[in-house]
Amino acid sequence: MAKKKTEKIVYGVIWFVTYLVVFMVGYIIFDIVIKGLPAISWGFLTQMPAKSGSQGGILPAIVGTFYLVIGTVAIALPLGIASAIYLNEYSKPSTFTRMIRLGISTLAGVPSIVFGLFGMGLFVLALGFGKSILAGSLTLACMVLPTIIVASEEALKAVPDSMREGSLALGATKWQTIYKNVLPYALPGMLTGSILGIGRAAGETAPIIFTVAATLLPRLPRSIFDQVMALPYHLYMLATQMPNQTTIKPMQYGTAFVLLVIVLGVDVVAIIFRSRLRRKNKW
Amino acid sequence: MQKWKEKAVKLGLLGASSTSILIVLLIFFYLIKEALPFALDPGLSSLSGSLWAPTSMLKESFGILPLLTGSLLVTAMATIIAIPVGVIAAIYISEIARPAEREVLKPFIELLAALPSVVIGFFGLVVFVPLVKSVFGLSTGLTALTGALLLALMAIPTIISISEDAISSVPSSYKQASLALGASKLETIFKITVPAALSGIVASITLGIGRVIGETMAVLMVTGNAAVVTMNPLTSVRTMTATIAAEMGEVAFGSHHYRALFWVALILLGITFALNILAQKALSKYKLG
Amino acid sequence: MVMIGNQTPPQIDEPEIEIDVQNLDFYYGKHQALHDICMSVPKGMVTALIGPSGCGKSTFLRTLNRMNDIIGGTRVEGKIVIQSKDIYAPNIDVVMLRKRVGMVFQKPNPFPKSIFENVAYGPRIHGIKNRAQLQEIVERSLVRAAIWDEVKDRLHISGLELSGGQQQRLCIARALAVDPDILLMDEPASALDPRSTQRIEDLIAELRGDYTIVIVTHNMQQAARVSDYTAFFYEGHLIEFGKTERIFTKPNNKQTEDYITGRFG
Ligand SMILES: Nc1ncnc2c1ncn2[C@@H]1O[C@H](COP(=O)(O)OP(=O)(O)O)[C@@H](O)[C@H]1O
Ligand SMILES: [Mg+2]
Repeated sequence: MAKKKTEKIVYGVIWFVTYLVVFMVGYIIFDIVIKGLPAISWGFLTQMPAKSGSQGGILPAIVGTFYLVIGTVAIALPLGIASAIYLNEYSKPSTFTRMIRLGISTLAGVPSIVFGLFGMGLFVLALGFGKSILAGSLTLACMVLPTIIVASEEALKAVPDSMREGSLALGATKWQTIYKNVLPYALPGMLTGSILGIGRAAGETAPIIFTVAATLLPRLPRSIFDQVMALPYHLYMLATQMPNQTTIKPMQYGTAFVLLVIVLGVDVVAIIFRSRLRRKNKW
Repeated sequence: MQKWKEKAVKLGLLGASSTSILIVLLIFFYLIKEALPFALDPGLSSLSGSLWAPTSMLKESFGILPLLTGSLLVTAMATIIAIPVGVIAAIYISEIARPAEREVLKPFIELLAALPSVVIGFFGLVVFVPLVKSVFGLSTGLTALTGALLLALMAIPTIISISEDAISSVPSSYKQASLALGASKLETIFKITVPAALSGIVASITLGIGRVIGETMAVLMVTGNAAVVTMNPLTSVRTMTATIAAEMGEVAFGSHHYRALFWVALILLGITFALNILAQKALSKYKLG
Repeated sequence: MVMIGNQTPPQIDEPEIEIDVQNLDFYYGKHQALHDICMSVPKGMVTALIGPSGCGKSTFLRTLNRMNDIIGGTRVEGKIVIQSKDIYAPNIDVVMLRKRVGMVFQKPNPFPKSIFENVAYGPRIHGIKNRAQLQEIVERSLVRAAIWDEVKDRLHISGLELSGGQQQRLCIARALAVDPDILLMDEPASALDPRSTQRIEDLIAELRGDYTIVIVTHNMQQAARVSDYTAFFYEGHLIEFGKTERIFTKPNNKQTEDYITGRFG
């Protein structure tokens, strides 16, 4: 009987701990949605910030984040996917390719602030791009490149070799085989993994603080050498660098809400994409 | 014609992958290159001090000890909180929860990992900071403990997600054998299932620590950022990551301070590299087992 | 000890030779998987390769359309002459070779595309774009592979939705669509139920004459039923080769006899 009782208590504790975590997740999201939603208005989304950001809208931060994502995708996606194709389909397994994979997976675990420091040193200062969309996108691209390569390689590995053999046996060349009978099946998986990585990049602050982010720049960028505001940095700035914390709460929550919607929205798209795909390809 | 196209495509792909490899190498080499001159002037020994005052008017000082202890303190506390919580929740999701419950719980908790760290930092600022302040009766809630709480929150989804995979991939024949011997479900979980999944759990913890030690924004926003050597969780500390974030904007290109920050980055890189290798080792073990 | 046998094919009524294998050695890295194989595969007939698992049947089959090229570290010595061309000569276009020499795999491997696209894949690769022409090829190939009646109303559904036996016939149709002269089949029925196996065997009988077929099988009855010639492999050596009828009734070699009577293998 005593044993039964302790078991009950242990079950209770396990349940409590799990739902404590669930509660915390729910609380964070609920808090930001409940307090952020009322701050959202057409004006908030489409106006320039005013009074050093304590009033007005966040348009340039939304646009800035959008440009950074586009820049990052434009640089990292083709490079990452092409690299994965070469590594997985053309290169022969060797010590050299093992070293490359080790380097790539190490880079995937490097703290984002280290990329920020690297980007500032190389792109902003040494190459003289200055704080700019170009420098920021390059920095973020370096950060997501390993994620894209790893995800793409996994998607390629998931395509059974019998697809390659079947096509080659019909007299297709190697590239025809890859292009017509491997990539079409791997692409959704590649994109899902890549989108998840890019979504993360969109929410990153540390790599952009000193490579592109402007504290307050109430105009839209004109070229890739312009600085821009960005949502994550704008939230950081509103939360830590402003004197009148209580009056700008709605601004903070509104910004946090928009950032959350963008980042989670990207993830949800990727996840729906993936579950669709899982149902489709059963070799 | 066709032959040419094949060659061109292969060459293009080779070019792309070489570029990627160059970028990887470039990052490592550039960090080393920028850090290296510091070893000659003022010398590596100046990193070992316990005073971090890189912009002092009297005498600049680059002792990274307070930054190391700052990172260590927050990381250790976060890990201590995150391990039991994460592993227990993983056990619940994998072994106890009903199937439908499980389908909902895991992705919901993984949402936490998708939240930008600045959002978590902001949440910490508006919720945890006042909480810590009032509970402990402090003059400020910007403490190491506050940072550790947030970091634990960020490590927990990693630990849960990977531990859950490891626990649920323990063959059910093990469990059935144990149950058939008259062991209760709980005994089976703690004596058979969890030990069998141990290397996967270790990997999850290692990756969780990697995430914690490299985290920047959340700690920058809630730990107060005082560079002092302390092991008191209720005081303000400054981590390595926060130091880089807070100072790199003001440094002069090529100055001692600039190079000292690259040393901090290199140390971070070394730590995450080691953790990554450890996690890979543990992971490959559980995938084989 | 294994006897290395180089029987010349029977001289009676001298069939036309389609594939002439001369002193073929094959290596996976350092491991030699085929030893000095000499064999003349007659045109328009069905040749069965039999032998215990791991004796090199698949390896041999895959040297005939150079599918082993895609495995790293492999090496070929000797000659394989198909339609009077050495297929391992440096100026040979592997793409053209594989167009002439089709292949069907052990495990059915339809592409996750529609039935139509599966069959049209090869012709498209070889430059046929005209829709009507493709349609004509697809229908002809599916008819030839004895699956047209089962799928003609649902050419748009995925090849993966078919049953295992249907999938394998789809793969045969896909191979036929590029109009090969030779068809290589590696245990094409081993993953199938008896009924589907029967249909594949019927199909092979149907295709006999128009195509030179080389089929690997571990099923002795199947070899006896479908083939005109049989080659017995053992540990990488070709032990005996000849008319199926003779091999199964009066094998020259003791090992062959032991194997076909089920005393080892
Ligand atoms: N890809 C490969 N790499 C190395 N060795 C192989 C490979 N494929 C087959 N082998 C070896 O070659 C020999 C012949 O194999 P295989 O041709 O598949 O035999 P069978 O089809 O008669 O069962 C075996 O010893 C096998 O282990
Ligand atoms: Mg075989």
